Amino acid sequence: MNPEAGILQPLVVMFSAAFTGNILLAKFLGMCPFLAVSRQVKTALGLGWAVVFVLTGTSVLNWLIYWKVLVPLNLEFLRFIMFIIMIAAFVQFVEMVLERYSPVLYQKLGIFLPLITVNCAILGGSLFMVIRRYTLLNAVAFGFGSGIGWMLAILAMAGIREKLAEERIPRGLRGPGITLIIVGLMALAFIGFTGVLGG
Amino acid sequence: MNGKQNTSVRGLAREGLWDNNPIFRQILGICSTLAVTNMVLNTAVMCAALILTLSLSSLTISLLRALTPRNIRMMVETLVIAFYVIIFDVSLKAWWPDMSENLGPYVGLIITNCIVMGRAEACANNQSPGVALLDGFFNAVGYSFVLLAIAVPRELLGMGTILGAAVPYFSGPYWDKWIIMVMPPGAFFMLAVAVWVFRSWQGDHES
Repeated sequence: MNPEAGILQPLVVMFSAAFTGNILLAKFLGMCPFLAVSRQVKTALGLGWAVVFVLTGTSVLNWLIYWKVLVPLNLEFLRFIMFIIMIAAFVQFVEMVLERYSPVLYQKLGIFLPLITVNCAILGGSLFMVIRRYTLLNAVAFGFGSGIGWMLAILAMAGIREKLAEERIPRGLRGPGITLIIVGLMALAFIGFTGVLGG
Repeated sequence: MNGKQNTSVRGLAREGLWDNNPIFRQILGICSTLAVTNMVLNTAVMCAALILTLSLSSLTISLLRALTPRNIRMMVETLVIAFYVIIFDVSLKAWWPDMSENLGPYVGLIITNCIVMGRAEACANNQSPGVALLDGFFNAVGYSFVLLAIAVPRELLGMGTILGAAVPYFSGPYWDKWIIMVMPPGAFFMLAVAVWVFRSWQGDHES
């Protein structure tokens, strides 16, 4: 990453999180819901948006908790527990707000929100952001980019799986087997972005 | 899982290692660990972390099961798991900083590894401590041997080494290294092949 890029840096962080360092295809995070909920484009889209939203929100919260609370107090080892609690609390809070103020959105995303607490992509996003010592702005960009990357991957997967439903597949490969091979091919394609951003 | 679970040591071992292997049968918890299978050594450390965490947290959750109120049990389970993961993470950082660096955030991600939570919910919650400990242990071992089975060919084909030691032929000039194997797509392909082989072998019980 280029330090003198200045204002452009958050953008670079965002795009590299979405493409070259895709949280699912390069970092393997969030595989469980990815394999379980990628049968239909519609549900995949709902879960995708929920992930984008929660990942961005928790990145900001966890950045503040880590750098403004845990580091000054020398309690960095508590970060796992704090992050998990913050994520759970954030998801709960979003659920309540949505239910109260936007029933339409709640109906669309509601069932996915509880699932997200245990999505490793969310915790992983926060941990990566801390390890890489991003600034707050970069952390927001990273969270948002990662979420978008995850959504792109699950959307593409759902589209492919809808077509795949009618194909004849060897018995042992049905279900997870063929899905993993397709994910592998998608990961190959995303690796093609390496070098475009130099990150 | 259901009421007729065999709770003898043999039964638990068979269940965890083979019949209900967390990776092949349940495809759980592959998130945090596919990333470390490009090197056998990293994988081994990660597996050790998982075996420790899963056995001990199953034991603890089972010991606490009478004391835990029903409606906050998920929170309690998460905290117990996080407790053991933190111990492992801190010790690794202290005694083996290089490895801690290599594994990056993935040690911490054991907390959200679905296997740990899955076993806590399915077994530790309603079984005696001994059974829970064994169940956790065998599930973790079942998981580890699959990961090692994925890691060995990846490192061998991709780098020509095993545990960092050069293997004759594969590290020589005649072997064109499959760099793709140590990159992310290699992990997906290897896991797909492993699942394929296993499922064809075991016969398809699923609809």
